[in-house]
Formats: sequence, C-alpha cells, structure tokens
Amino acid sequence: MKRGLEGPAPEERPTPAGRRNKQGIRIDPEVEATHEPRRTVISALVAHEPGVLSDVSGLFSRRQFNIESLTVGPTEDDDRARITIVVEEPDPGIDQVEKQLRKLVPVISVRELEPDAMRRELALVKVDAEDPASVSAVADMYDATAVDSSPETATFEITGSRQKIEAAVDTFSQFGIREVSRTGLTAMARGTDQTAGADLTAQPANEAKYGDNTQPADDD
Amino acid sequence: MSERAAKVTPTDDEQTDEQITDSAAPDAATEPDSAAETESETTPEPVTTGAEAVVRALETAGVEYAFGVQGGAIMPVYDVLYDSDIRHVTMAHEQGAAHAADAYGIVSGEPGVCLATSGPGATNLVTGIADADMDSDPMLALTGQVPTEFVGNDAFQETDTTGVTTPITKDNTFASDADHVGSNVTEAFALAREGRPGPTLVDLPKDVTNGETDREPDEPKTPDTYHVQERADSEIVAAAAERIENANRPVMLLGGGVIKGEASEACREFAIEHEIPVITTMPGLGAFPEDHDLSLEMAGMHGTGYANMAITHCDTLIGIGTRFDDRLTGGIETFAPDAEVIHVDIDPAEISKNIYADYPLVGDAETVVEQLAEAVDESPEVKKWRAQCQQWKSDYSMAYEAPEDAPVQPEFVVEALDEATSDRAIVTTGVGQHQMWAAQYWTYTEPRTWVSSHGLGTMGYGLPAAIGARLAADDDQEVVCVDGDGSFLMTLQGLSVAVRENLDITVAVLNNEYIGMVRQWQDAFFEGRHAASDYNWMPEFDKLAEAFGACGFRIDDYDDVADTIEEALAYDGPSVIDVHIDPDANVYPMVPSGGDNGQFALTEDQL
Repeated sequence: MKRGLEGPAPEERPTPAGRRNKQGIRIDPEVEATHEPRRTVISALVAHEPGVLSDVSGLFSRRQFNIESLTVGPTEDDDRARITIVVEEPDPGIDQVEKQLRKLVPVISVRELEPDAMRRELALVKVDAEDPASVSAVADMYDATAVDSSPETATFEITGSRQKIEAAVDTFSQFGIREVSRTGLTAMARGTDQTAGADLTAQPANEAKYGDNTQPADDD
Repeated sequence: MSERAAKVTPTDDEQTDEQITDSAAPDAATEPDSAAETESETTPEPVTTGAEAVVRALETAGVEYAFGVQGGAIMPVYDVLYDSDIRHVTMAHEQGAAHAADAYGIVSGEPGVCLATSGPGATNLVTGIADADMDSDPMLALTGQVPTEFVGNDAFQETDTTGVTTPITKDNTFASDADHVGSNVTEAFALAREGRPGPTLVDLPKDVTNGETDREPDEPKTPDTYHVQERADSEIVAAAAERIENANRPVMLLGGGVIKGEASEACREFAIEHEIPVITTMPGLGAFPEDHDLSLEMAGMHGTGYANMAITHCDTLIGIGTRFDDRLTGGIETFAPDAEVIHVDIDPAEISKNIYADYPLVGDAETVVEQLAEAVDESPEVKKWRAQCQQWKSDYSMAYEAPEDAPVQPEFVVEALDEATSDRAIVTTGVGQHQMWAAQYWTYTEPRTWVSSHGLGTMGYGLPAAIGARLAADDDQEVVCVDGDGSFLMTLQGLSVAVRENLDITVAVLNNEYIGMVRQWQDAFFEGRHAASDYNWMPEFDKLAEAFGACGFRIDDYDDVADTIEEALAYDGPSVIDVHIDPDANVYPMVPSGGDNGQFALTEDQL
C-alpha cells in the first residue's frame, strides 16, 4: 500500500518572501542583521535567604548566558542582598537575562545599569619585593594600598575600574606576580537614579524594542 | 523504595502510631487521643506537630487527592494523612505519582499533589516534576528529607532534593522549622497555581515534621516578591487591535496557556466574531473546537498541512499562551516570516524569547483577549484568505489509506475510539507515534480533554496520567489512554493501582512492536538501521492486564475494532486493548527538525 498523505509536493508550494534571523526577528531578506554581543552590568535586588545565589548562578548556566562576573553582598536592608552581574550578550540575550532573573521568586527587582553607572572592582596582588622602591612607585601610580609585606613579598589592594586593575596587574607583572585575587564587579547607578529598587510596580514587563548596541561597553 | 522501618504497617489504631516513627519527638505523644476522637466538623483540632501543619496546609488549600509512595523520611506526614479526609492514592512508583498529580492538575486546574520520601523517592519524582515544569502544569511535590542534623552528611536516603529540583521547579523550599512548615506548604501551593502555573516543591526534614508547633498554616498566598501582571499595556493593545483590523491574512495560534488561563471561550468568541482562522499548538488542543469551520487544527512538526501553510503565509499572527517551542516553529528563519506577531503571555520572559513580538501583550490570557475584543472595532477583510485556507484544507487533507487486506492502521483506531466516546472524553498519551496519531485524528472540542507530555516528551506518561485524570474528571467523562507499546511498558506497574482503586480507564496500546517514532526517523535519516528500536520482545499486553486484575482485549483485524472498543469502554474498571497495528505505519505530515514548516513532507521521499 501507498504510505503517507496526498497533496502538492514541497517544491510545488508557494513560499513566502520574508525571513527571520536566528533571534526570531523579521529581517530584510537581503541584509544579514543580527545583534552583536555587548558587555553590560545587571543589578538585582534579591531576598537575603539561602539558595538565592545558587538559583541565580544555576539560571545562568542552564540557559547558557555568557557571564563574566557575579558578586553578591548585603545591602542597607538586612532582608535584601544585591547581586551584580556582568554579562556579554546581544540585546535579545540581555533582555532574556533580565526577564528570567525577574521570574525567580526570591528576586525583587532587576535592571540593566546605564553605561555611566559607577563600577568598581577590588584586587589583591601579591608580588616579589626584591626592589621595594620600584614596587612602591608602581603602587603609587595606581593608588594601590599595601596590605601585607614580608621580606620576599608585598601585597597591594587596588580598587577601581576593570581597566585600571588590569593595567595595574600588567604593570606589577614586571616584578613577578605570585598571586592575584579579584572580587568581580560591583556597581551602582549615579545620583538619584535607583540601582534596582524595591518598587515592584516600576518593573517594565513589556520591553521588546531593543536599543541600538553602540553604547560604550565598559567602565568609567 | 522505602527503608526497612517503612515496611512496618500500622495495624492498630492511631494510638500506636508514634511507635513506628523512629525519631519521633517524645512530646508528640502528649495528646495521644486527640486525633483518634471522631471529627468535629466545625473547628478542626489545633495542630501540634510539623506534620500536622503540613496536612492542615493541604486541607486549607482545598486539596482532595494526593498521590504518593511511603518511605522512611515522609512517614510522619503519612501518619497524619491517615486520619485526614484527603484521599491518598498509593502509587506503585513515585514517577507515576508525579504524572498522576500532573494530570490531575491539567484536568482540574488546581495543583495536583504528590508525595515521596527522601533520596530515591524524591529522585523518582524528578521526571514527573520536569514534565510539569516544561508544560507549566500546576503541581505541588512534598518530599521527605533526613533530619536536619544529618543533612550534608550523606545520610541514608539523603539527596539534595532542593538542589536537584531547582532547575525544574517554579520554586522550591527546604522547610527549616516546624513553626513555618505549614505556611511553606500553602505558599508553595499558591505559587504552583498563580500566574504561569508550574511545579513547586517543599522538602520536609523528618525533625521538622516531627517537631512541635502550634502554628496553623497561613491561607495559600504567594510571597510579596511574586508579581503577576493581569492586564496588558493599553497602548500596545490599541496598536495590536489596529494591526488586526488591517490584517489581510490573520491567524490565531492558541497554546496551552489559553486552556490554563480559562481563555478558550473568549478566544472562541473573538475568532468567530472576526472570522479569523485558528491554529492550536499541541498543548493547545481543545482550546478551540476542531470541528469548527475556522479550525485548522494543530501546526508544527506533525501538524496538519493546512495549519502549517497558514502559519507560514499569514501576515498577522496572534499567538496566545504559547512559548513558540521548536517543535511548533521548526526553523526560526522560516517561521511565519511575513507575519507581524502579537504575543499574549502571562510570563514576560516568553515575550521575544524565540520569536520577536511586534506587539508584546503581557497579561492573563482571558483578560487580554477581552481587552483586544474591546479594542478591535471592525473585522479584517479575510474573505480571500479564508478561501485560501479552505483550499489548503482540501489540498492537504488528512485522509489516509486503510485497505481491508492490510494490517490495522493506527489512524482508524484513534478515530474509532473518538467515535465511541463522548465529546468530553479525556485522552491521555505516552510519547511517540501513537501520541501524534492521537493528536491528529481525534477531534478535540473541549479544553482540558487532552492530557499529554509535550515539552519534556516523557514516554510512560499515559497510564499514570490516566489515573490522575480519572480522579479529576466528572463521572460521565470517559478516560482513554492512547498508548504505545514502548511507552506502556515503562510505567505499566500503575495498572495495579488502577485495579486496586477500580478506576474506569481504557488503555489502547497501539502496538507496532517498535519504538515507532525512532524507527520512523531511522528509516528517514539513518538508512533504515533499526538500532535498539525493534521491540518484538513485547509481552502480550492483554494477558498481562488480566494478571494485574484488569480486563484484557486484543485487536488484530479491522473487524474486531469497533466491537472490542465498545466492550472495553463498557467494562467498569481498568481495561487494556492490545491493538496490533501496521508496524510500518508512519506519522505524516512531518517537518524535519529545524526545517521549514511550509515544506512539510507528506511521504518519506519528500524528507
């Protein structure tokens, strides 16, 4: 017996003119238009309770979001913690990161920070101290504070933007770096602008228009 | 699954119950006869332990049924359930408990409750929880846990249940003390039901359930951090309405969210008023009557040719309660490529996740469809488009060949079952070819009559789901499980439960002695090499059913079909029909994975 169904074969059917890109956005079939990844900072205010950090980090791994750093710490309110995440994703991905985070029950509010937001990171750098004068000169250049010294080593604390820390580590490397430990980025909105507040009604539920992705991608 | 202690059955009355809880708090015995007294209808006895608070929480939430399996760490809860009006259905396997609870949730709309002990009990629930999560079914799972002081020490039957289930639950909680455990449960119940439904879990360490408390659980309510938007932004509604008025080729795509959001009636009225053709996703089956002129039935990988043509060529796609799953969309690049998308969903994270929404409408499906209905002043001009859709309906008819001398065709069996049952009959399925035939050839006209495993694709879902569906359904609704031989074999221990509870369900096993969908793909994409898909070692299911105490039937020929189905449906209790179908029957149309919906294959050589 004949198997299958009757009907015009695939090549006999009309085909539509349009096309979507891989992100599901309708595009001009002639032009390749995909959103390029950009680096941005997302701040989330969460309930300060066990399991929140694993909820958040698990979300990032299972949805394959590209994450560069994640920091968590207490806030002015004992019941709230703040999670600051640096992600590198195209606009639709950033949109998803925010929405998926917001969906976690213990997450109170989420927002992407403006490019001008204050961003800081801290690093501890332990270097060989055979030439204390030169080491100290480099430390001065980067406003690094000595936190420990021994006959063979000196350890400095550097605070600042990611570039500043990378530049400092780079410069210190001439003396021989023994160890580096960095915190990841924490950030806050400027002036009266709220970083990620407790006001639930301010949550934008509908955002669907992606901004242009030419914003400055980094730091101070 | 249970530890040795769990096998000690309480033979006497409630007075001896404390003796079998191996780490019972001594104070639990201070009021020995309180539970044994006859029930005082008006004011229930105050709670004294965490376990009593847990059961009180379920009662407060209005729970009528719970599905589960006993075991060491959950025993304190079971001991209290023993006296409760909640009807507990002891299942043969925890996976079945989860599927039964899931199906109960689908049919009733209220969270289905399942219970299991710690360790293997909890991990056996995992498949069912993941299934409920993928399909957004309301479900509450309660799992026993080793006493808090042992947690983290790799104690006997210890598993990090909240850790394991975090990615597959809407939310989960490790109950940390007896005073709050009751409210943990009511809150989890509310979370499972509110907004976009889903499974929640409360992990119950034995010291917490045995612990003393006099705290009654709070009424079920979601935590303050949980926010659901009911109404969509009115400006976007107005813009979407204008788009609909000006559409030339509109379609409505109704997903499972329409059924969960009780929006079927509103969608029906909207479609009929504006004469907009209606397509459903697989979870959306029943959201719109398939015998209506406007219905194009189901789109997607095994959707009808006409639904896939319409969705590919539409210029306005009104997607309601759908997450644009890859089995629906096929390749993203070719999905409704000319369409402006109006997307209604209660979960903002679904907006533009897979398909960009030109008009994102976040809110409750029924509310937003009513908003749209109010905003659309004039119907779009659809005469030509409707004629085109009708043309496609005849061009790509689902009519199949069923020659008398060939083996029984599965489509024929599905249609015969549909014919022999009422419009409100409930269909449950496993996963595979039989599931697709059941989706394609049964005519769904009512919401909450299609109970299947869509997102996770769990073989073995059908029988335990039929058990849960039976208990949630009205007495006049038949419950038919259309199963496959491979799927049925995975969870058929549930027959013992159906027999014990005398549940009136009919299982029709479409037996092709293959794990058929795999065999179909092997023929199409693996040069016909039937690696591990040949199931010619199947038991005789009719005899197996008899061994369980159910009623067994067998069909080999067309002549047997109608009569046997009638007999099986008439049997008051569980019956199993082993239907020997054409082993080479395939499911068409078919869009290969990631393919273009408009290029569906009607035969194997078109793949």
